[in-house]
Amino acid sequence: MSDDGLPREPRGDADAADVRADTSTSGRSHEGRDGRDGHDGHESRDGHRGETAAPAAGFRSYYGRPVLKPPVWKWQVPAYLFTGGLSAGAALLSAGADLTGRPALCRTGRLAGFGALLASTCLLIADLGRPERFHHMLRVAKPTSPMSVGTWILVAYGPGSGLAAAAELLPASWRAGRPGRLLHRAGRAGGLWAAAFAPGLASYTAVLLSQTAVPAWHEARRELPFLFTGSAAASGAGLGMLLAPVAEAAPARRLAAVGAAAELAAARLVERRPGLEARAYTRGRAHRLRRAADFLTLGGALAAVTVARRGRPAAAAAGLALLAGSALQRFGTFEAGVASTKDPAYVVVPQRARLDRLSERGPDR
Amino acid sequence: MTDEHGPGGCGPGEYGPDERSPDKHGRPDGRGPRGHSLYGPLEDPAADAGHREHPPRVGFFTDTSVCIGCKACEVACKEWNDVPEDGLDLLGMSFDNTGMLGASSWRHVAFVEQERPLGRQDAGLAGLPTGPSGTGQTAEVVADALRETPRGGGELGTGPVDLGFPSFDLPGAATGAEARTDFRWLMASDVCKHCTHAGCLDVCPTGALFRTEFGSVVVQPDICNGCGYCVSGCPYGVIDRRPGDGRAWKCTLCYDRLRGGLEPACAQACPTDSIQFGPLDELRERADRRLEHLHEAGVEEARLYGRDPGDGVGGDGAFFLLLDEPEVYGLPPDPVVPTRDLPSMWKYAGAAASALLAATAAVFVKSGGGGRR
Repeated sequence: MSDDGLPREPRGDADAADVRADTSTSGRSHEGRDGRDGHDGHESRDGHRGETAAPAAGFRSYYGRPVLKPPVWKWQVPAYLFTGGLSAGAALLSAGADLTGRPALCRTGRLAGFGALLASTCLLIADLGRPERFHHMLRVAKPTSPMSVGTWILVAYGPGSGLAAAAELLPASWRAGRPGRLLHRAGRAGGLWAAAFAPGLASYTAVLLSQTAVPAWHEARRELPFLFTGSAAASGAGLGMLLAPVAEAAPARRLAAVGAAAELAAARLVERRPGLEARAYTRGRAHRLRRAADFLTLGGALAAVTVARRGRPAAAAAGLALLAGSALQRFGTFEAGVASTKDPAYVVVPQRARLDRLSERGPDR
Repeated sequence: MTDEHGPGGCGPGEYGPDERSPDKHGRPDGRGPRGHSLYGPLEDPAADAGHREHPPRVGFFTDTSVCIGCKACEVACKEWNDVPEDGLDLLGMSFDNTGMLGASSWRHVAFVEQERPLGRQDAGLAGLPTGPSGTGQTAEVVADALRETPRGGGELGTGPVDLGFPSFDLPGAATGAEARTDFRWLMASDVCKHCTHAGCLDVCPTGALFRTEFGSVVVQPDICNGCGYCVSGCPYGVIDRRPGDGRAWKCTLCYDRLRGGLEPACAQACPTDSIQFGPLDELRERADRRLEHLHEAGVEEARLYGRDPGDGVGGDGAFFLLLDEPEVYGLPPDPVVPTRDLPSMWKYAGAAASALLAATAAVFVKSGGGGRR
């Protein structure tokens, strides 16, 4: 992923104006509610900045300052969301290939799955403020912290994935021997073990993002798990199509179609949720990343069910498109969350609307 | 923990935030995996965290109606806790050059200028010429500059922020009758809320954040590895990671002073007792009386913020009396601890994980062994 995915570049004027323009429609009318004329010093005055500034009427804030702290996570976290999902998808695919006698597909899945796991580990450690203290994650097992749960999923998943990859790396001359046969069997067990934890690895990251005060992530908590597992399946299958021979890759092509369909459907649901928070997904950089992801994933999936079975180049191109689509989807989701913390509208407008609904329904506060 | 709510009661289940019952106190207590409370009113957070014998829960009641904006609390906090500099910038937010709570600002005094009287207060300007206030314009210029910073202004209180020149006019440079403005000044000293259900504490994967015997929430600097999850877990935007240091920092409610029988430095330094420290029960009673008194005196806009144990975070250990809506001070109007939705989020994740497993199995089963499509 290039620096384009960096989540914390300054926002363009256009993006900011977009969001603010939209708050006026869902915000409440301040003037009508308490009879003052809104001269509190924190509402935009129409016309002050000409047509560039849309009126931020409808919500009040402290000098336009964000209420929340934007995530301190850098590009490593969305990159990990991708590599973790990729590893999980590849592990599932290789386990299926192993059980149904597709050695080449199994080999690519195991090796790529382990490679993605190593990359994931490096990314996760690199994003820490104190990387040398990464092992502090292993001090506790804490069910209320998805990051702790994820740490232990990775701890369980890792050895199986490593064993399966090691079995694949065994030189051919050693395989016939007793240790070779033993390692082969251990590799199968390890691969199945990893596959058992892979669905957890693919889905926990959705809870990781959703259990935050970040409005766009928390609001999408019902859809994100399906977005992420779909994306994991599509990327794992894309990798299989890219690296395995066409003759063995039929399950990968089908998994690509299923995963891509889930990813695309969940992505639509995320942006169609009622409420202001969903708009973070359809504005600015998040929007551009997600749109690119949609096209790549859709193209890859269509190719997977049509031309990919005919030849290696088509299969590889489809696989690459799916991988890129999955990665961009993660960066887009990440970016939407970051954007939703930088603008106080995403915090104030929905919460204020909730309070207003409450006070209409219930006794006066 | 008194188990009056009964064990095993599940979380609020399938709800949008909107479906909260109007009677906020009547909600079942959200319970997590080991019987710990995740959401809802909670009598004794220290006991819920495992402290058997412990002192009463303490906290702050910050009565902003008597805050004079002296910032003694900010200074006392920095001095006692050895909190490093957070950037010496002029922000254009009235007299506020701190901007926000952050890794290196554990108390933050907000300044809001409004063109309206305070309660029935009379500034004596009735019938005299007055000019428009410039605060609206300044606020807009500041807001625009904030949007251009890397974290959209979220770095305030943690590191330096250059907002350029918020204004080309020197404060007080204009003279004459038109320069007078009838306005009121809101000042409020913000601090970590030490929530009953603390989002930062719930998500911390290392155990660096913990609930003290006093019911406060504290980071252990020797444990924190700077994962940054707490920064996004806090619904108030309080805790942050300190650049260069790499660890997360926030108000400790002066844990060391509490253990030594002293009150927190900010409360001790406050010259008007705007910051009151004490057992939370007592503070709540005192706050209720103060609110009643202010309402009688005609300050209808006075309200308590974070006092209600039925709110989205189970009530704050540090709560406030405000003279306008919370968002005017930069506070979220109705914060909810993200952990409230933990059980349902894992249910959705479980469904998605099962679907992934089933889909993978299906794509292999359908084709039989080794066949071509």
